[in-house]
Amino acid sequence: MSAPLLSTHGLVARYGDFQALYGIDFEIAAGEIVALIGANGAGKSTLLKSIMGLLRVAPDMVKLDGRPVGGTKPHRIVAEGVAIVPEGRRLFVGMSVIDNLRVAIDHAGRPAANGWTLERLYGLFPMLKEKQAVPVQSLSGGQQQMVAIGRALLSQPRVLLCDEISLGLAPKVVKEIYQSLPSISEAGTAIVLVEQDIGLARATSNRLYCMLEGRVSLTGRSAEISREAIGEAYFGGAHAVA
Amino acid sequence: MQWLDGLIQGILLGGLYAQYALGMALMFGVMRLVNITHGDLVILLALIGISLASTFSMGPWSVLVVLVVLGAVIGVILQRLILNRVVGADPLPSLIATFGLSIALQNAMLQIWSADTRSLEGGAIVHASFQLGPLFVGVLPVIVLLTATVLTGGLDVVLRSTRFGRALRAASADVEAAALTGVNPKTVYTGATAIAVAILGFAAVFQSLRSTVAPADGAFQLIYAFEAVIIGGMGSIWGAFLGAMALGISQSIGFRIDPGFGILAGHLVFLAILALRPQGLLGKG
Repeated sequence: MSAPLLSTHGLVARYGDFQALYGIDFEIAAGEIVALIGANGAGKSTLLKSIMGLLRVAPDMVKLDGRPVGGTKPHRIVAEGVAIVPEGRRLFVGMSVIDNLRVAIDHAGRPAANGWTLERLYGLFPMLKEKQAVPVQSLSGGQQQMVAIGRALLSQPRVLLCDEISLGLAPKVVKEIYQSLPSISEAGTAIVLVEQDIGLARATSNRLYCMLEGRVSLTGRSAEISREAIGEAYFGGAHAVA
Repeated sequence: MQWLDGLIQGILLGGLYAQYALGMALMFGVMRLVNITHGDLVILLALIGISLASTFSMGPWSVLVVLVVLGAVIGVILQRLILNRVVGADPLPSLIATFGLSIALQNAMLQIWSADTRSLEGGAIVHASFQLGPLFVGVLPVIVLLTATVLTGGLDVVLRSTRFGRALRAASADVEAAALTGVNPKTVYTGATAIAVAILGFAAVFQSLRSTVAPADGAFQLIYAFEAVIIGGMGSIWGAFLGAMALGISQSIGFRIDPGFGILAGHLVFLAILALRPQGLLGKG
């Protein structure tokens, strides 16, 4: 594997007195799709929040292009080229689809030569063009998820973090959204997928990390890891591979 | 005729109240920051303006320019030093911090300017009027109303269709999501408070031209601004303008029913709207 674009090193995170992560080593290279699986409370979202600067972590714990960026404020991390599709979408309610997207365009990091434009985004999700003047709260869940993904892409990320983007959506919509991921990563964008659906996570990703109680319990190439190994790492069986 | 006059005067009074309310609409309605010093800042700016006018023999329009710029500077300092530390989902910290600051400001103003009532010398324009059918209408109140209308329209356009406006609306809808989209909330909030207090520079000049100011008067401006924003609907700029009109008209009509009833009439209309349409005139849901 080439040098990692984004990596974490012994990352430790806490909510007050509660320690949520116990030394996470994680890395992703350009163009890779890496899945992050694990039970509720395993620390997947916490890991993403720590990368985005929403939780306090030491500078050396998160590196982008090998440079320490841990604890950098979220808006600066975005400008550095890491964007997130947050859990629950977190759209700007009361604003139209296009205004939601414009906020990202207004504050985007350095656009790459093949950066994301509205036209390119409309090619990926044609619905966004039709509904651009509509307030986001009147869209369906799947459509809202597309706005959330579009908003993150227009920040011109080199790394896109997706937190449970299939949650609560109809299978048909999930399929449509997941079909868009390869065309996003083809251009070199690295994608971190937090996903509850293990089958979907495995099928979509190049590599995966399984988390258990704030630690990485299993990691490897998605195609090579057996379902049994995932099962043990997921639920903390006696033979979990460390 | 008395009632028509009451209506016209009420609308004109509403123009002044709209200038109090616009900054409040931005800070309380959009950012959900409770700023108890809102009225005190009007008075502070007015007293500074009056001192400037008498010390440097400046005309009211030069004072206006200075106060608007000064207002913006005060807004930046207020946000950076105090409000950025207390902004959040819970309105209580900002309320307590600015309540304390309000008391300190009032006492500082008493110390500097004493409790005397003062006003700004505006020359002929203050007393000029023209005839509108059977009624006489003051030129100054019409200028105040026009200024309020332009400020409201301008602020509405800024919020709707500028980079800053989108960022502010985004941060108000979900501050964390806005930060995750590249918005620096503190910068955006600082800009918004600068605009809010700069608008109070207009209010300060017109208030001290139309009537008098004294250090303890801020409470009135504060309550009128709050009422206008809530009558109009949280988060709506034109709503605050309409709310200010509703307040001005009720006070003016109430005053004509009985001189002691004017202010109370405004509060009663506010309470009635709070009971019957708690989301406000232009509020959603």
